[in-house]
Amino acid sequence: MRNKKLVDYGKFGYIFSIPFILAFLVFSLYPILYTFIIGFTDLKGLTATEIHVLWSEPFKNFATVLKANLFKKAFTNTVVIWICNFIPQMGLALLLTAWFTDRRSKVKGQGLFKILFYMPNIITAATIAILFTQIFGYPSGPINTTLIKWGLSEKGIDFLLTPGRVKGVVAFIQFWQWYGYTMVMLISGVIGINPEIFEAADLDGANRVQTFFLITLPCIRTIMLYVLVTSLIGGLNMFDIPALYAQDHGDSGGYTVNMYIKDQAFAGAYRYNVAAAASVIMFIIIVLLSLVLFYVMRDKDEAKLKKLKKQQLKLAKSKKAY
Amino acid sequence: MAKSISLHKESIGLKVVIYIVCVILSILSLLPFIIMFVNATRSTYEIQQSAISLYSAHPIQNLIKNWKVFNGKSFDPATGFVNSLIVSTCTTCLAVYFSCLTSYALFAYEWKFREAFFGLIVGVMMIPGTITMIGFYQAAYKVGMTNKLSLLILPAIASPNMVFFMRQYLQASLSMEIVDSGRIDGAGEFMIFNRIVFPLMKPAIATQCIFTFVGSWNNLFVPSILLTKREKYTLPIEVSLLNGDIYKTEYGSIYLGLSLTVLPLLIVYALLSRYIVEGVALGGVKS
Repeated sequence: MRNKKLVDYGKFGYIFSIPFILAFLVFSLYPILYTFIIGFTDLKGLTATEIHVLWSEPFKNFATVLKANLFKKAFTNTVVIWICNFIPQMGLALLLTAWFTDRRSKVKGQGLFKILFYMPNIITAATIAILFTQIFGYPSGPINTTLIKWGLSEKGIDFLLTPGRVKGVVAFIQFWQWYGYTMVMLISGVIGINPEIFEAADLDGANRVQTFFLITLPCIRTIMLYVLVTSLIGGLNMFDIPALYAQDHGDSGGYTVNMYIKDQAFAGAYRYNVAAAASVIMFIIIVLLSLVLFYVMRDKDEAKLKKLKKQQLKLAKSKKAY
Repeated sequence: MAKSISLHKESIGLKVVIYIVCVILSILSLLPFIIMFVNATRSTYEIQQSAISLYSAHPIQNLIKNWKVFNGKSFDPATGFVNSLIVSTCTTCLAVYFSCLTSYALFAYEWKFREAFFGLIVGVMMIPGTITMIGFYQAAYKVGMTNKLSLLILPAIASPNMVFFMRQYLQASLSMEIVDSGRIDGAGEFMIFNRIVFPLMKPAIATQCIFTFVGSWNNLFVPSILLTKREKYTLPIEVSLLNGDIYKTEYGSIYLGLSLTVLPLLIVYALLSRYIVEGVALGGVKS
C-alpha cells in the first residue's frame, strides 16, 4: 500500500520544485560560475563583455588581489571592525539574556525592552549610516555639541580624522544595530531548554551565576555558534554602513572588502577580473566557515532516526522473506 | 531567616542595576531617531548653533523650508519610494509562494533526489548574494537587463533560507492526514497545496513576509550596482545621495530626508513589533 503511494505522488515532488530549481540555476548558480570564470580572464573596461581566459598564467588575478596592499588593508579593516563589534555585542546580549531569563526575579517590561533593543535592526542601514554621520558630525554635530557643553572636550572631536576613530564609530554602529537581534536569538535558545534541568539545579542549590555559566551557557552553545558564524559571514560582507559613513576609497580605516570589490569593478579601470577574483577568495572563506558551522550543528537526532528507519526497513524486508 | 533577607536585598540591588541599564539602552535606541525627527523641524542655522535640542523657533515653517530645499535639489524620495515598494512587494510575494511550494515538495513527497536537493538548499543558504555580484552584473549587462527592476525581483523565487524555514515549520505542524483527506475528496495535488496547505502555513508566512520585505526594502549593495538610471533608483540609493556634496550644509533637509525614509518602517514596526520579535526567535535554529 505504502509503496503504491510512492509511485503515484513522487513526480509532484519534482514538478513543485521546478520553479525554485530554474530560478536557482539562472540567478544563483550561473552567476557563481560566471564569477569564477571571470576571475581567470582579462575582462576589464566599462563596456567589455568578451572574455579571454588567461591560459598562460591562470591565477594572475588572484595573485594580483592577494598582493595588493589595498586588499590586505580592506580585509584587515573588515575583520577588525567585525571583532570590535562582535565581542561587546555578544557580551551585552549574554548579559541581557541572563537577566531576562532569570527564573527567580522576573524583569517587568521585558517585552517593551526587547522591542526597543531590536528596533535599530529593521531600519535601513543606509539611513542609519547617514544619520550617524550627522550625529558624529564635526564640529557641530549633536555629540560634539554635548561634549563641548559638558566640558569634556574643548573643540570637539573629529570622528573622521584617524583610521582608528572611523573603525570605532563603524563598529559602534554595527554593535548598536545588532545586539538586540543577538539577544532575541539567545533568549529563544534559553526558552528551548528543558525546564527540568533548571529545577534539578535549583534542588542542588546552584546559585544564579552557577546556573548561568554551568547550565544555560552550555545548553545554548549551538545557537551561539550559529549567531557567531552568521555574524562573521555578514561581517565579511559589510558594505552599507562603512561605505556611507566613511565614504572613502582606501585612506580611512573604514574601507571594507565589499567596497574594494565594488571599486575594482565599477570605478577606475573597471577591472571586473580582479573584482571577480577577490569575490572568489571571499567565497572560499565563507564556504569554509559554513562547513564548520554545519559540521558542528549537524542534527545528531535526525541522523540517528535515519539509521533506525533503515534498520526497520531491513527488518520488514526480512519478515516479508519469511 | 537572616539569609533570606540578605538575598532579598541583593536581588533588589540587582534589579535596580538591570532597570538602569535597560533604560539607558532604550534611550540609546530611541535617541538618534528623536534627534532626527526634531532636527527635521529646525532650521539649518538652529542646528548649527546647537545640534541637540528640543527647541525649534518655528517648527512648521522650518519643516516647509527644509522640504523646499531638498525638493529643489535632485533628491527624489517619491520615485525611490514607489520603486522600493514595487521591488519589495513583488519580492515578498514571489519568495513566500515559491518557498512554500518548494518546502511542500520536500515535505510531502518521497522522490529520488529529495535528500540531495535539500542538501543543496542547506549548502547554498550561507552564500550571500553579494559575493556573486560580478558574474550577475556581467550576465545582466550582456543581455541588456541592467536597470530592470525585475532583475531584483525574480531571484526571490529561489530563496533557500525561507525554504529551510518553511520545511521546519511544515514538519512541526502539518499532518499528512489532512492532505490525504483532500485526495480522497478528489482534489488534485496542486489544488490541495493552494487551497489547504498554503492557508495552513499562515503564521510562518506572516513572519517571513516581514523579514523578506524589510530585507528587500533595506538592500543597498545589489541595487546600487544594477541600477544606474535615476528613475529606477530605490529608496536606499536615494538616501545615499543625501551624503553628497550638494547637501553638505543643509542639515535640516538631510534630517528631513532621513525622517521620510524611516517613518514607514517605524510605523510598520510599531504595528507588528510583537510578531517581528517573536519571528526572530522562530527563525532561530532549534538547539
